[in-house]
Amino acid sequence: MTIAELQLALPEIFVLSMTCVVLLADLFISEERRGLTHTLAVITLAFAAILSLRLMMAPGEVVYAFSDTFVRDRFGDVLKVFCYLILIGVFVYAKHYLRQFGLFKGEFYTLSLFALLGTMVLISANSLLTVYLGLELLTLSSYALVALDRNSLQGSEAAMKYFVLGSMASGMLLFGMSLIFGATGSLALTDISAALSAGVGEEMLLAFGLVFMVLGIAFKFGAVPLHMWIPDVYHGAPLPITLFLSSVPKLAAVALAIRLLDNGMVALHGDWQGMLVVLAALSMILGNVVAIAQTNIKRMLAYSTIAHVGFILLGLLPATPEGYAAAMFYTIVYAIMSAGAFAVLILLSTSGAEAENLDDLKGLAKRNPWHALMMLMIMFSLAGIPVFVGFFAKWQVIAAALSAGLTWLSIIAVVTAVIGAFYYLRVVKLMYFDEPEDAEPVTAPVDFRAVLTVNGVAMLALGIFSGGLISLCVSSFV
Amino acid sequence: MLDWPLLSLLTWIPIAGAVAVIALGQRSPDLVRPLSLIVALVTFGLSLLLYAGFDATSAQMQFVEKAVWIEAFNIHYHLGIDGLSLPLILLNTLICVLVVVGGWRITDRPHQYMAAFLTLHALMTGMFAALDALLFYVFFEAMLVPMFLIIGIWGGPNRIYATVKFFLFTFFGSVFMLIALLWLYLDSGSFAIADLHRHEFGLVPQIWVFLAFLIAFAVKVPMWPVHTWLPDAHVEAPTGGSVVLAAVMLKIGGYGLLRFALPISPDAAAHLDWLVIGLSLIAIVYIGFVALAQSDMKKLIAYSSISHMGFVTLGMFLAFAIARNTGELTGAGLGMSGAMVQMISHGFISGAMFLAVGVLYDRVHSREISAYGGVANTMPWFAMFAVLFFMANSGLPGTSGFVGEFMVILAAFHASFWFAFAAAATLILGAAYSLWLVKRVFYGEVANDNVASLKDLDGREWLMLTVLAVFTLGLGVWPYPLIDLMEPSVQNLVGHIMQSKTG
Repeated sequence: MTIAELQLALPEIFVLSMTCVVLLADLFISEERRGLTHTLAVITLAFAAILSLRLMMAPGEVVYAFSDTFVRDRFGDVLKVFCYLILIGVFVYAKHYLRQFGLFKGEFYTLSLFALLGTMVLISANSLLTVYLGLELLTLSSYALVALDRNSLQGSEAAMKYFVLGSMASGMLLFGMSLIFGATGSLALTDISAALSAGVGEEMLLAFGLVFMVLGIAFKFGAVPLHMWIPDVYHGAPLPITLFLSSVPKLAAVALAIRLLDNGMVALHGDWQGMLVVLAALSMILGNVVAIAQTNIKRMLAYSTIAHVGFILLGLLPATPEGYAAAMFYTIVYAIMSAGAFAVLILLSTSGAEAENLDDLKGLAKRNPWHALMMLMIMFSLAGIPVFVGFFAKWQVIAAALSAGLTWLSIIAVVTAVIGAFYYLRVVKLMYFDEPEDAEPVTAPVDFRAVLTVNGVAMLALGIFSGGLISLCVSSFV
Repeated sequence: MLDWPLLSLLTWIPIAGAVAVIALGQRSPDLVRPLSLIVALVTFGLSLLLYAGFDATSAQMQFVEKAVWIEAFNIHYHLGIDGLSLPLILLNTLICVLVVVGGWRITDRPHQYMAAFLTLHALMTGMFAALDALLFYVFFEAMLVPMFLIIGIWGGPNRIYATVKFFLFTFFGSVFMLIALLWLYLDSGSFAIADLHRHEFGLVPQIWVFLAFLIAFAVKVPMWPVHTWLPDAHVEAPTGGSVVLAAVMLKIGGYGLLRFALPISPDAAAHLDWLVIGLSLIAIVYIGFVALAQSDMKKLIAYSSISHMGFVTLGMFLAFAIARNTGELTGAGLGMSGAMVQMISHGFISGAMFLAVGVLYDRVHSREISAYGGVANTMPWFAMFAVLFFMANSGLPGTSGFVGEFMVILAAFHASFWFAFAAAATLILGAAYSLWLVKRVFYGEVANDNVASLKDLDGREWLMLTVLAVFTLGLGVWPYPLIDLMEPSVQNLVGHIMQSKTG
């Protein structure tokens, strides 16, 4: 372990130390000055972003460190920067809710930061062990977050479900990893890749290992048929936690998939492509169709997540740099969109009652025209209508599917996108065409409104100036 | 002076205006309408500069602007116009002014109303000028958003059904075009429309690409049998929405066929021209009969629009049949020019008819034909305009409605007698439903107290109807400026589609 290696892991080391500082500091902060914890957490993220950006700007060759367990590349740096930025948004949104619902505790911040640390480790993993380490840090923190409101039966039930199913998925992933390790004799992804392309390993062993690992990935993504936890957890968890779960862990999932499937097992591309095709097709169809039937907006957005996961998987299919860039672009964009959508729900929640039902959105355009406009842009973006950024994400993954020769799958994709447009339009309809049930204007603290404005306008700005983000993603895979 | 990036200005000024109107809306609502009008007039004025500087002897793209947009995929912000797009842009900017004037009395959220219309027109201008396929697609789809809101917020009682149907129909059609464009990009490495025109590829993929384009644009035209969204959307939309929909939005389908389907996949178009011609003739004849049976004025005009747009698609696809049957190209260009003239003329006439219905609806709040009778007695000036437009709709010589139809029917004779026979039937059907409507609404005894208390046109309505009447008559009497403008581009297109691209 040299100084140079430690410098590569500086963001991780910084986030770890600061999380401990937040944890300790929070003990000494009195109830009414809890805002300090929040500020400290946001500052942590801002500095981490600077550290990662410095690494990102540095000349971009891939460096392996810590006996090949850790990799520093542009893909990782870019993804981490977006993790911090999105998490800052999540914290600002969450504060408003947590205050209103009496949940404004330090645990939320420490757990989220630990989950972030897990995501970062996962993103930079170059060994099956680091992958697993990062993933478990992320998921264990998430289980606890879901149960944050310990008085809520729904929340505890969701956490329990999540824990049981999640542990099983982790077990499967671990089992798959052990089989691959057995077949190739190494843990480092680069070595596994080299061994596989040299034809090392018994076919049966590899096939089993691959299947279990793909299952693990599918669970973490929430792809059909391993999606059942998503609606229940999204529904049961408090809104800020749902917001969190739909953003940063998605970036972790795409990193997990790219690290394992591409960096590790690209030699088995022919095998995993077929599995992902099935997962993608089922996710897009089931997610979009079932979302129509939901009246609870959290569940609707949960099924919408499942559908979007299907689209993200499309990008992985051709195993080309452009395809991975498309998947990465889509995931980043999706995380931003869904954060905004849940933020509007937080905005509408008044003390004691979460805004859960679609009817709660009625007439928002009259109660708060500006934020209704933000939600409108987010919804059209989720539906994939240009000029909003969601469209630029969609066409890239569809092009990826086409370049893999899967025209039929791209047709399924666009048809399900049209089906999906229906329930996003319904939200717009409720906000703009219906009269409000409760004419009171909706308000929120200034930082909340500012972040939501940035979030909504980003739908348009990232769409019109999508070239920059696309180049950033493409350059991550050259 | 003409170094200005006119096309960008035409696209972005109304959008900037829309943002300003929204920003102004809450604080000083009185300024909303004048500001919107100024923006619309400035845009219209700039589009006249476009006309003045346009070289009508060339088929080249003019006023070209090009900048890198998405570097990684070689996508450009690439604008330019030729003889096919210029008339449509002029029509669009003119209609924009009329719609803003027509929406003067909107009281529910006027700032959002004006902003939605300005944005819609800006997007349509951008779409007509786009020379990059992805840029085109972005404009093509983005315009659904303002239209969705226009019908949904300011529409009639059944507006939500209508607007969702409108949105989903169009969206469904266009996603196949997206797949076709992406496939073409992967095959040719470019999104530039000019490159796609030159790109050679086999007949089977051409057929798939052509069908994808056809679905997208047939929904927009709309062609039978994917026309069902149009009557609903027209009936529920506010007057301004109906006007834009009929006058400009339907033309996008025809324009798309000319810009994409025909030149990119000419061999497939030659193979499948029977399909388009067949659907067009069904639209002309069958939808003509359907129009005859309507009791709602807006619905009648909507069906009449579908029938008239059948002429447009017919005229565009006659070229192949003419070349096959006669071995030469006389008449091929005539059909295509006829289709273009028909689009422009229909823009004036249908827009005017919807405005006329709006005039009555504002006073009586009914669109039913049976709610009226003898309107000419109480509103003589209005009746004069209305009769003119309905006559023009039925193809009266001397009005613009006649020119396009006549050109297309002439071209149809070159292709086949029976095509011409079926197409000419519309002259009778069109006259039947138009004149019957005129008879029931405007002539006869004053039917009820509502009609008896009608007041004739005010200055604002006078202005709008006069402008459209001038264009309808002007184009009918002297269509050459328009035809000359398009001629080189049309000839160029006809020459292009006659060459096989299967390589």
